[in-house]
Amino acid sequence: MTTKEGTVDPKVPSSLSQVGIVVKYEFENYFGSRRFYILLGITLLIGALLTVLVAHYRPQSFLGSGSLGFYSSWWGRVVTFVVILSGIFFGGDAISAEFQNRTGYFLIPNPLRRAAIYVGKWIAAFGASAIVFVVFLAITLANGYYYFPSGVPSQFLESVGFSLLYLVAVLGFCFFFSSLFKSTAYSILVTAILLLFAFDFLQLLVSDLVMVEPWFILTYGSSIIGNVMEQNATTGQASYPAHVITEKLGPRGLITLTTYNATIPEGLAIMVGYFVITAIIGLILFERKDFT
Amino acid sequence: MATASLEARDLSKSYGPFLALSNLNLKLEGSKCVGFLGPNGAGKTTTLKVFAGLIRPSKGHAVINGIDVQKDKRGALASCGTLVETPEIYPALTPRSALMMIAELRGVPKEERTKRIDECLAEVKMEEWSDKRVGKFSKGMKQRINVASAILNDPDIVILDEPTTGLDPRGMSEVRDIVKSLKKKGRLVFMSSHLLSEVTEICDEVAMIDHGKLLVYDTIANVSSKFSDGGRTVEVGLARPVDKEAVTRSISSLKGVTSVEVLDPLNLRIRLEGGVDVKEKLFNDIASLKVGAISFKDASLALEDAYLALIKETV
Repeated sequence: MTTKEGTVDPKVPSSLSQVGIVVKYEFENYFGSRRFYILLGITLLIGALLTVLVAHYRPQSFLGSGSLGFYSSWWGRVVTFVVILSGIFFGGDAISAEFQNRTGYFLIPNPLRRAAIYVGKWIAAFGASAIVFVVFLAITLANGYYYFPSGVPSQFLESVGFSLLYLVAVLGFCFFFSSLFKSTAYSILVTAILLLFAFDFLQLLVSDLVMVEPWFILTYGSSIIGNVMEQNATTGQASYPAHVITEKLGPRGLITLTTYNATIPEGLAIMVGYFVITAIIGLILFERKDFT
Repeated sequence: MATASLEARDLSKSYGPFLALSNLNLKLEGSKCVGFLGPNGAGKTTTLKVFAGLIRPSKGHAVINGIDVQKDKRGALASCGTLVETPEIYPALTPRSALMMIAELRGVPKEERTKRIDECLAEVKMEEWSDKRVGKFSKGMKQRINVASAILNDPDIVILDEPTTGLDPRGMSEVRDIVKSLKKKGRLVFMSSHLLSEVTEICDEVAMIDHGKLLVYDTIANVSSKFSDGGRTVEVGLARPVDKEAVTRSISSLKGVTSVEVLDPLNLRIRLEGGVDVKEKLFNDIASLKVGAISFKDASLALEDAYLALIKETV
């Protein structure tokens, strides 16, 4: 049974197969735990609330400007929240829990690379998030078809694609912080604070006050999800907002506010960049971290 | 099958200024059980963690069956089962699914997995719990699953870090039986423990470390004879309470006795000088005193004496 250095016992599956095994049992763990059902419940609740509110109050912002306006209000405003919650729920402590909850002591001392665990966990987190994502998409489409049975605007489909890319980037980002900390509380808190509040605040500060384009902020890149469905107020046609908008405020226009809107290529590059960089650094951190 | 081997080559590990392991050199080979002893903080668990791929050494190499764990963890651990500290199992999994995951990762053939898992669960007496979620299990029950996981693919080498931790007396005895059966199957077992009686019972050889340095590695018999005083403290059990002063006086006057301590009205501890012949004579002399002596035993294990002689202080 002994093997020569550099070779692996032929019985041990390939790293790729081991990634698949990790994914399979991560899914089993998700479906056996409350976490998945809690997020699914929150998503269903959001969908139900929107359905009831729109059906009851018939708000102009949702129903007054055609199907694009409907999808823009429904999807564009809410999906980023669903994506961030998925990232926090499934990625926030995916790696740090291996240290804090000591499950790593069960999994790591086996003939498999840490990279296989990292990738397997990432794919499982993406899969679980994708289920939640699809549920919210289905609720959106069902309502959209009810109010506007004529069809789905192409901009919405683009937005769905951007949202999926945002999910990839958010999960990469969450896995990075999860690898950085050994405490699940820290990793979840830091990602939640950054994605839910701090990035938006920083973006406001940087663009409006310092007047620098916040190309380095993930949530800035994700703004293409909603922007792609923006409409011209008079024609009702799709109209992507200008890259830079300056507004004069106050008496005699003394205060100038500058708002940046990421272009689509820029937004895509930011999200891909975030995913690639955070995933690589997160993996390196996990590979090097000691179980002490 | 080639001879199983575990080797630490100049193995060092530091945590900031603290040197947990200092150029440890140790080679275990063949079919046997080696006890790994040392005080808290001596570096036992650190050593085992390096072999298990849980931590990276600062210097040196941990080599399993000729393969460096750092260079090729998949190859090194392919035929090595480990149980280091007290691992937790994903709470939503059942013992069967957790072991199935390990069986798949370790490449146990598909047609053998269920049978092998059933055998291991039976060996750790967890068959009845095989389909219940691990999240509700006690520490001892989880440790049984961890033991099952370590032996699941019938590895050549088994590394165990205080495997009886958290187990009840029956569980401890069962784990000891498992280790003995591994020895019978010709496996190499490397086991850390603080229970010297356990090590004496199960192991053939012992390695002692302190402050990250190897103090001794030899058979238990050799270590005991080299470093212990040969069990020169005995305890005598009495059938009835005795006059403390009279008994102390009469036993103290016996040849070879250096001191007598009354532990309680029914137990005495006697220190003596000399070997087995002195002990034999003392046994007869005490019997002839007719003080109601009903038992006569060594007050400490020879291995314990050796341990105490080698390791002067604990952290």
